[in-house]
Amino acid sequence: MQTFFIVLILAFGFLITFQIAKASEYVAVLRGEEKARKQTNRINAFLLLAFLVVGLIGVYYCNERLKGKILGESASLQGEKIDTMLYISLAITGVVFFITQILLFWFAYKYQESDKRKAYYYPHNNKLEIIWTVIPAIALTALVGFGIYYWFKITGDAPQNAMQVEVTGSQFKWEFRYPGRDGVFGKKYYKNISPEKSNPLGQLWDDPYNHDDAITTELHLVVNKPVKLIIGSKDVIHDVGLTAFRMKMDAVPGTPTTMWFTPKFTTKQMIEKSGDPDFVYELSCDQMCGKGHYGMRGVVIVETQEEYDRWIVSQKSQYSLAHPEATPQKTPPADSTKGVAVILKN
Amino acid sequence: MSNEANLHGHTEIVTTHDVHHDEHHVHHQETFITKYIFSQDHKTIGKQFLITGIAWAVIGGLFSVLFRLQLGFPDQTFPILETFFGRYARGGQIQPEFYYALITMHGTVLVFFVLTAGLSGTFANLLIPLQCGARDMASPFLNMLSYWFFFLASVVMISSLFVSTGPASGGWTMYPPLSALGDANQGSKLGTDLWLVAMALFVVSSLLGGLNYISTILNMRTKGMSMTRLPLTIWALFFTAILGVLSFPVLLSGFILLLFDRNLGTSFYLSDIFVSQTGQALANEGGSAILYQHLFWFLGHPEVYIIILPSMGIVSEVLAVNSRKPIFGYMAMVGSLFAITILAFLVWAHHMFVTGLNPFLGSIFVLLTLLIAVPSAIKVFNWLTTLWRGNIRFTPATLFSIGFVSLFISGGLTGIFLGNSTIDIHLHDTKFVVAHFHIVMGVASFFGMFAGVYHWFPKMFGRYLNNTLGFIHFWVTIIGAYLIFWPMHYEGLAGVPRRYLDLSGWHNFNHFGELNKMITVVSIIVFAVQLMFIFNFFYSVFKGRKVRHQNPWGATTLDWTTPIRPGHGNWTGEIPEVHRWAYDYGKDGREFIPQTEPIGKGESHH
Repeated sequence: MQTFFIVLILAFGFLITFQIAKASEYVAVLRGEEKARKQTNRINAFLLLAFLVVGLIGVYYCNERLKGKILGESASLQGEKIDTMLYISLAITGVVFFITQILLFWFAYKYQESDKRKAYYYPHNNKLEIIWTVIPAIALTALVGFGIYYWFKITGDAPQNAMQVEVTGSQFKWEFRYPGRDGVFGKKYYKNISPEKSNPLGQLWDDPYNHDDAITTELHLVVNKPVKLIIGSKDVIHDVGLTAFRMKMDAVPGTPTTMWFTPKFTTKQMIEKSGDPDFVYELSCDQMCGKGHYGMRGVVIVETQEEYDRWIVSQKSQYSLAHPEATPQKTPPADSTKGVAVILKN
Repeated sequence: MSNEANLHGHTEIVTTHDVHHDEHHVHHQETFITKYIFSQDHKTIGKQFLITGIAWAVIGGLFSVLFRLQLGFPDQTFPILETFFGRYARGGQIQPEFYYALITMHGTVLVFFVLTAGLSGTFANLLIPLQCGARDMASPFLNMLSYWFFFLASVVMISSLFVSTGPASGGWTMYPPLSALGDANQGSKLGTDLWLVAMALFVVSSLLGGLNYISTILNMRTKGMSMTRLPLTIWALFFTAILGVLSFPVLLSGFILLLFDRNLGTSFYLSDIFVSQTGQALANEGGSAILYQHLFWFLGHPEVYIIILPSMGIVSEVLAVNSRKPIFGYMAMVGSLFAITILAFLVWAHHMFVTGLNPFLGSIFVLLTLLIAVPSAIKVFNWLTTLWRGNIRFTPATLFSIGFVSLFISGGLTGIFLGNSTIDIHLHDTKFVVAHFHIVMGVASFFGMFAGVYHWFPKMFGRYLNNTLGFIHFWVTIIGAYLIFWPMHYEGLAGVPRRYLDLSGWHNFNHFGELNKMITVVSIIVFAVQLMFIFNFFYSVFKGRKVRHQNPWGATTLDWTTPIRPGHGNWTGEIPEVHRWAYDYGKDGREFIPQTEPIGKGESHH
């Protein structure tokens, strides 16, 4: 019923507008088309100026309303560079934005049709044109320079001491694999994937490096310790989006990708910093992956080394979960180093 | 090269030539079908493209209103939706599959069917022969086929909306593996096959049209019409056609490989895939999902210039005519169009910075991408200088042109953020991207198109559009466009990913509820005003104020030397000869000097 009324009101409003518009055409003819045209010309010129003024106020107002809802300090060292680049770009484009928009609407208003003025025949001016080719070129060179400098810093090789975590996306969840004590991920092959057989990533059990690898549903990271994510996907393209850290990388089936960064704040510190007791780092899928895309959420927990150590030893290796009968006691990944060493000797 | 020289041996055009000597005779020959349906008259074909484009714009725009309802009011139910869409809107709420189908079709329809076919198709067809001084296109028959292939593509695309598994829903970019695996995505079943077939037909249409536009511009200009005397509309349409002809075939190859992967068991894009819905690992190995993205964006990026260049041309022309001043820096305008055309082919991988692309390669694409800002800046400054010290008449077309420049600045500047790979890491696939391309490519191009429609409507139909409705149309649309897309940048800066239909499950994204409501309400209003424009359009075709003057805007170009309602063949009698460039406005104290007027003795040089 409500919808019906809205449609009715819209139709009615439209009818009135149309009648007025049609009438204005007749009135124009009666009053002399030229005179009526000149009057609307003045009105539109004024409206253009008003649009500029109201628009600029709107830009300010919008910023006041929304600036508190975005960004916040980057939670990773690399993200700081991205923020710096963002602000450099904002400064340069901001200046251009205000100058050009003001000139555009001001000229439109100032040079509205008038009987007193004749348009100035001004087809070209090479000097001016060279100036406004060169200045943007210089500004852009600066932006490209900064951009590429930071880009190489961020996408360069991860430091030697970086911890490694494998991230695998699938419709519509994230799984994380830790390499265990040996620090090496065991081999896997996608045709071995079998959630029923407790092998969600297709690990090859005859590879001893696999025996201590643990699979988790949360991503635990250590504060101030660089982490390198090795990213893959089981089915379609996903994307590891870590907004708070300003990081993003696609998860492509068949082609592993990597990304590394250094978290700056633990989750607890962020709770204090933001004054939000429910704060949590989130991992969002940023590449359209099907009907559950908007809910493909992962939780990231940044903690101190001690907290992390305590957590990681409590994680059971996937090998032990997949082989409950074969491995009665050698379960926790923390202890699995010996077992691996033995098998390696064989 | 004069057009007349080409006529020898061209029986097709010779008959049209006869039209003017014996109008009655031809009237009897032209049936309703040959005149309005299978017409070979470029003006009629242009109108066919325009009206089909309008129909598509309503569909595409309606889709956006539907998914905006979900975004703005995720908790509310709209029972009327269930009445119309059944299980897709169960309980009056848009279901995820339906949502993704809507955004996919919205993108496809607006990018290809409206802003490519509807824009280029309309104005290239209408303006190229009229402004070059030709009786028709180089091949009127292929030109007709171009429209009918587009129509066929439209039929197939429409039919995909009605299949039981739903239309394609993998996003307008149709990335595999999502688009290749029916088991992973409902829309990737029959819907995607139909989508691919429709797009293949669309590419054929676009190539037939493009080749025709290029050959007409190169070969069929009237006597005296050197390339540097062409209006900028024609230059822009010329470069648009070149972009299309060189890049659409690459897209087609990408689509064909995808069809193979889907139906013939090949592995061009597929590798190492385990589909959890079926619990099956696929046999495909060794393919690269990223290969598709290269093929797609090799068209996909030029495509955005295919969309914006015609608008740039139209805006240049309309601003010059209504400022009563020559366009400033004609050669620089042509040069920057040329530079944009070249660079358009060299920037595609900036859509792929976070796909795992080699960072060094990424840096090259940063450089080339940001370079495009230089010719774009030149264009903006030249438009500003064109307005400077003019004597501006604010017709609806002028207003839309000024709006275009404003939107092009706003949306162009945010492109500098996204083209910079460092910032793109954070902003990639967020609402910032959505805001950016809607402003610069979506709304701005629409503004160019509106400017063109208001400006050349008298030429198309011999009547005027209603001005008052035109002014309302402009003001609501520009205010609405900024209200919708300006604050959306902030959502993107906060990291809100695009293509999320419900943010309530997210702690870090869930604080934009009010904003999303506002955006939805405004987009409904803007959509309603577009319907008003369409009403104005069709009403004015039949009942609009009649054009009584051959040259209502006081323009210099050849299109306004034709009769008010030109027949097939455009000019009665000889095609006029051209003696000067297209922008002699306000020269030597004269209001304007038509291109057809010989250079006077005492005339000053520019």
